[in-house]
Amino acid sequence: MYAVDMKGITKTFGDTVANDGVDLSVEEEEIHCILGENGAGKTTLMNVLFGLYERDAGEIFLHDKEVNIRKPSQAIDHGIGMIHQNFMLVNRLSVTDNIVAGAEPKKGIRLDRKKAVKDVRRLSEKYGLKVDPEARIENISVGDQQRVEILKALYRKADILILDEPTAVLTPQEVEDLFRIMRELKESGKTLIFITHKLKETMTITDRITILRDGKKVGTVETGDTNPRDLAQMMVGRDVVLSVEKSEREERPVAFEVKDLNVHNPTNNLYLRDVSFEIEEGEVLGVAGVEGNGQLELEEGLMGLRPTESGEVILRGSDLRELTTRERKKIGIAHIPSDRLRRGLIAEFNLQRNMILGSEWDRPFSRRGFLDRNRIKEYTEEVIEDFDIRGGTADVDAKSLSGGNQQKVILGRELTRDPELIIAAQPTRGVDVGAIEYIHGELLNMRDRGVPVLLISAELDELRSLSDRIIVLYEGEIVASLDADAVDERELGLLMAGEEVEG
Amino acid sequence: MKKVSRLWNWLKDLSGLTELVYSLFAIVFALIIGAILIYLSGHDALEAYYYLFFGAFGNIYNLAQTLLKSIPLIFTGLAVAIGFQSGLFNIGIEGQLYWGAFTTAVVVVSLPGLSGYLLIPIALFAGALAGGIWGAFPGYLKAKTGAHEVITTIMLNYVGILATTFLLKNFFKAPGPVDQTKGIPMQARIPELFPNTRLTWSLFIGIAVIILVKYLFSNTSLGYDLQAVGANTSAAEYGGISVSRVTVLTMTISGAVAALAGSTIVLGVLHRFITNFSPGYGFTGIAVAVLGRNKPEGVLAAALLFGALDAGKVSMQLFTNIPGDLITVVQGLVILLVAAPSLIRLFSSTFGRGRELIASE
Repeated sequence: MYAVDMKGITKTFGDTVANDGVDLSVEEEEIHCILGENGAGKTTLMNVLFGLYERDAGEIFLHDKEVNIRKPSQAIDHGIGMIHQNFMLVNRLSVTDNIVAGAEPKKGIRLDRKKAVKDVRRLSEKYGLKVDPEARIENISVGDQQRVEILKALYRKADILILDEPTAVLTPQEVEDLFRIMRELKESGKTLIFITHKLKETMTITDRITILRDGKKVGTVETGDTNPRDLAQMMVGRDVVLSVEKSEREERPVAFEVKDLNVHNPTNNLYLRDVSFEIEEGEVLGVAGVEGNGQLELEEGLMGLRPTESGEVILRGSDLRELTTRERKKIGIAHIPSDRLRRGLIAEFNLQRNMILGSEWDRPFSRRGFLDRNRIKEYTEEVIEDFDIRGGTADVDAKSLSGGNQQKVILGRELTRDPELIIAAQPTRGVDVGAIEYIHGELLNMRDRGVPVLLISAELDELRSLSDRIIVLYEGEIVASLDADAVDERELGLLMAGEEVEG
Repeated sequence: MKKVSRLWNWLKDLSGLTELVYSLFAIVFALIIGAILIYLSGHDALEAYYYLFFGAFGNIYNLAQTLLKSIPLIFTGLAVAIGFQSGLFNIGIEGQLYWGAFTTAVVVVSLPGLSGYLLIPIALFAGALAGGIWGAFPGYLKAKTGAHEVITTIMLNYVGILATTFLLKNFFKAPGPVDQTKGIPMQARIPELFPNTRLTWSLFIGIAVIILVKYLFSNTSLGYDLQAVGANTSAAEYGGISVSRVTVLTMTISGAVAALAGSTIVLGVLHRFITNFSPGYGFTGIAVAVLGRNKPEGVLAAALLFGALDAGKVSMQLFTNIPGDLITVVQGLVILLVAAPSLIRLFSSTFGRGRELIASE
């Protein structure tokens, strides 16, 4: 008997077919993974199950009974709980309030707070989900918030839990903890559906895997019978190089140097304190850290997008700190911003216009303030060709491209300017496996040509495979500087969480 | 249901045309509602629209009136559109227009000896310069202090209108009961296109400015910066564009174009500066820009439409006893329908495509 049996689910948005006759059979008490690249239709399928989208065709059976779920409240009544990628919590309310909201225990017409707290405590003990029922959401960590989301579903008596990319926001330790919780939930009879595009996690935690590609089901496999390589192949539809080969390098002169840089961000009151590092020619320096520990402040401070308070930023002997963003770009800093859609692209501009962002006053694109549109178009077409940008011509708007291709547009624009330094922040966030491979290749290419690269990333695998050295940011300070070959993931995770590490 | 959605998609595919189709639909729809209103108020809608059309296009003279009435709207609509292109809402057109008109008139009466070939360009330039400075001021305030341009430009309207009135009354007033400068000499008047129509070469100045602004947006680095700031300020910063510089420049250009509305009226129609001469061209300009979707060519079309409705209104009132206000209602309806494509989208999704359309966006 299947806990969930979806048959021939089809869902279209206008002309886009998000799910095309997808079957999904999830056994009771298993952890079932839905694996696929961004845009493969994973979340759509789950939103159909949870009643957020209405399907165009197909049938859904829960425990062998056909159901017709049209809205989330019905899904909850059927024992389905969904933990979304973006948490749906009220920051200013307590853990308990968030969990019971909408299903409060009552005494007459009043909320029975004592019982609520007791229920939450009992639930959290039963499943090993440690949280303080009285704490406010805004004061607890992201990992704790996720537990609150899980408790919220359990409180509503869910026996089928959908977790949509739950690890994206967690540190490695928190991921381990989440996996422990998932196993315990399974032991106690819950069925879990785990959405991800990360192969390693899939292999670690799941029993069976259903792979989606372009809205279609590719297949369902037993986790024990498969390996990451085959999975990647099924996800992308061709062979994928999973880890890049990095060439050996010898010591070379320092090209880029940051000395005692101090930045204050008044919005979150974060101070970047006395940050110092050096990057040699042809070296990749990785910056590890849980998001919000100063990465954005470092990135924007170096680009002149945010005022710096003191310190030195020296590229090939000259201090950049007094220069404007435009001047820094002109002397050859390529910048791949962490927020692609907010910073890196103008969604409503076509690719040609996006391609000249930052050099719209420079030759050969502009002469005395007049744009050379033929030259811009030629150049855009070259970049589309060279960087394998799919899904568009020079005339389409940037917003119509997929995340991976948008990132290639930025990469193409920045790397074709003969950079003297590359600042790449989260270069593969939200990008599919095929494009990740490509982007990594391009960055290493620049490294081999002698360009210093500062790589800010939340992906430990990415940092370890691309970097020569890694520094760890924690609450605005560099807490460690490590040799990338010597570092192990556990140690890195602990450093990112602000723990002291021996040796 | 399928058919409707296919038709819808087909319409959407004509991306360039879509907006035009939307706008035309809106105009037709507004006229239909207008007809119903006219009918309900006890008049003959067909007769009303006959005279409306006749008044706007019936003969050379009427056509000239349509064009004449569109000229100031071309400038003011374009001025608003320029602001919108870089994300600024310039509601100070009225004040900028008064400075343009006043400066032009003062320059002409102070340089009476010059030939028209020199005087007209100098006077236009001086007017544009004055309006540009008046526009740059709120731009500067926004760039330096963050003062919102909507507030500052609204307030500067009053300052502009009253300051020009003050200067006129104290220094430049011609003798007589009316608050006006003395008439400008013959050679400084922009010549008429057709005798006795008051339609002058100003029309072509308007069209030239439209073309110039279109070129600015599509072919120059400055136009690029302007639109980049309007489309995504953070990305513009990332690209190294100075947002404060663009803010000041945009407001300057917008103010200069707005001023030309006043200058061309002084040189072509009134032949002097008179207090309170504008029936709110600056504010109608906002409507024109919205209807024209902030594109130069759209503004031209919208200004012509408004000119036609205005001219037609006159003849309608002359030949029937239908109140002209009903046409103002039609103008309002056009704006409402055009400015609310989201409304149209809502209608379309009610016809079967459901809430997932919204969810997917």
